[in-house]
Amino acid sequence: MTVDAMEQLYQQVILDHARRPHGRGDLPVEGAEGTGRSHQVNPTCGDEVTLEVRVDRSGATPVVTALRWEGQGCSISQASVSMLHDLVLGADLPAVDTVAATFRDLLGTRGAGLEDEDAEDLLGDATAFTGVGKFPARIKCALLGWVALTDALVLSGAREERS
Amino acid sequence: MTSAPSTGFAAASLRADFPLLSRTVGDGRRLVYLDSGATAQKPQVVIDAEVDFYTRHNAAVHRGAHQLAEEATDAFERAREQVATFVGADPGEIVWTPGATAGLNLVAYAISNATAGRGGEAARRFALASGDELLVTVAEHHANLVPWQELAARTGAVLRWVDTDEQGRLRIDQLDHLVTSRTRVVAFSHASNVTGAITPVQPFVDAARRVGALTVLDASQTVPHLPVDLHALGVDLAVLTGHKMLGPTGVGALYGRRELLEAMPPVLTGGSMVEVVTMEAATYAPPPQKFEAGTQMVAQAVGMGVAAEYLTALGMPEVAAHDHHLTRLLLDAVADLPGVRVIGPRDAADRLAIVSVVVDGVHAHDVGQVLDAAGVAVRVGHHCAQPLHRRYGVAATTRASASVYTTEDDVAAFADALAGVRRFFGLDDSSSRTGDR
Repeated sequence: MTVDAMEQLYQQVILDHARRPHGRGDLPVEGAEGTGRSHQVNPTCGDEVTLEVRVDRSGATPVVTALRWEGQGCSISQASVSMLHDLVLGADLPAVDTVAATFRDLLGTRGAGLEDEDAEDLLGDATAFTGVGKFPARIKCALLGWVALTDALVLSGAREERS
Repeated sequence: MTSAPSTGFAAASLRADFPLLSRTVGDGRRLVYLDSGATAQKPQVVIDAEVDFYTRHNAAVHRGAHQLAEEATDAFERAREQVATFVGADPGEIVWTPGATAGLNLVAYAISNATAGRGGEAARRFALASGDELLVTVAEHHANLVPWQELAARTGAVLRWVDTDEQGRLRIDQLDHLVTSRTRVVAFSHASNVTGAITPVQPFVDAARRVGALTVLDASQTVPHLPVDLHALGVDLAVLTGHKMLGPTGVGALYGRRELLEAMPPVLTGGSMVEVVTMEAATYAPPPQKFEAGTQMVAQAVGMGVAAEYLTALGMPEVAAHDHHLTRLLLDAVADLPGVRVIGPRDAADRLAIVSVVVDGVHAHDVGQVLDAAGVAVRVGHHCAQPLHRRYGVAATTRASASVYTTEDDVAAFADALAGVRRFFGLDDSSSRTGDR
């Protein structure tokens, strides 16, 4: 790896989120109505994330009304969950699906970026993960929290099945 | 210069024997390979041995009456002799396995089969009863832990373990109460692949003998670095792996005292491990063939034999002195770095040149990425030893591990790169990362 690529990997906004993560803290008591909690581990490096969502299904479209997480891991995995928190909290499920798919697409561009201003606006800070796509070994770090989110939404009852 | 004058061991000139070490990484940087504890690089003679086998002698061994079959069989059995001589064993006590993990599983499943009544009267000594105890240590690689967990689950045996002290040394004092009349197996590594601490084998062997328990030694980490004489160590069974001792992947060895291998039931069954086969049953070949069912990894075994000879030619006492010299250099290099903490003994005595560190405030994965940008290849993570990491309250460490070709320059490059890690992540008070991205 070159030094330039490393600077691209560790964008300042990623380091900032890793150092002061959003939405991280004590999880509420497990099992409350409308909540789902998922624990995901990256077995190769031991990174862990436990993420809990609460979904309000009283309206026309379900909305994520609470999201907390705990975890330990590298700056990439921790920053990713922190940004996930900002993107997903308060969003309805179709919007969650769109942002999650866009984030995965970004990581799949091998560092080239989406070249789509609307998509970049949607991701906000998370566009800083563009450079991570150049490091196949680190993509799973960036996705750890998003895998937990998918699972937690199913466990909350807001989703019929795992997608 | 890059040689180690204090030991007279010319690691720098040895590097020419290892073609991979001459390549560059990233933007043309010199490769600093400090991941030999995971897998070592191969000297040209080992690569040539595999190529030569396939080019000139390839044939099925122990069957066929043609010339090639004889040559292949000779090469295969010569390799067994080379490996046996290297570790102080007789050739008939060496069973080829795909690696150390396979060797340990072989032993665990052989015990399982004996417990199920296989192997006849001779194998009854291995049979476990509910409540029997298997003893391991908290410092084990998962390869010497999970097979025993599984064996315990299959048989109703109970798994117990020896702890380490704060510096990573095994708590030998615990053997007195942990080895009991119920203890049937004592399985332990000769050196930790995380802390580098070398295990004093004698107290384990003494404690096990007192109660008639089997000793199983995982010598994967020590065999490439120290003279190892299995007969002198007095263990019952031991495993080693080719790829950590400059040999190929896919090959390793299980050592067993002859009378034990004779009594132990086989695990993999099929061709080549039998004498007489009828539609109802089969009788087994004598060891080691009894444990070598199916076509073996012949070219890899030949390569492992050549690796053993290569190390022997270097002189294992000299290799050990070089390793010790590097241990001191590595420990000295990290001792002065702020925010860097060694997980393992800080004293170079009875220790291998395997040094794992925690960088405060930076996850090991991120440390490894910064080191990689400097051309320094290390291992990050839990190194297949999660319980030991949990023991020290860390999820992951950054590990530098040396081999015969590791130089003082390599250690210096590692120390330089490591010194820059906290600065890169803005954690160093004296200076911070510049620029806003």
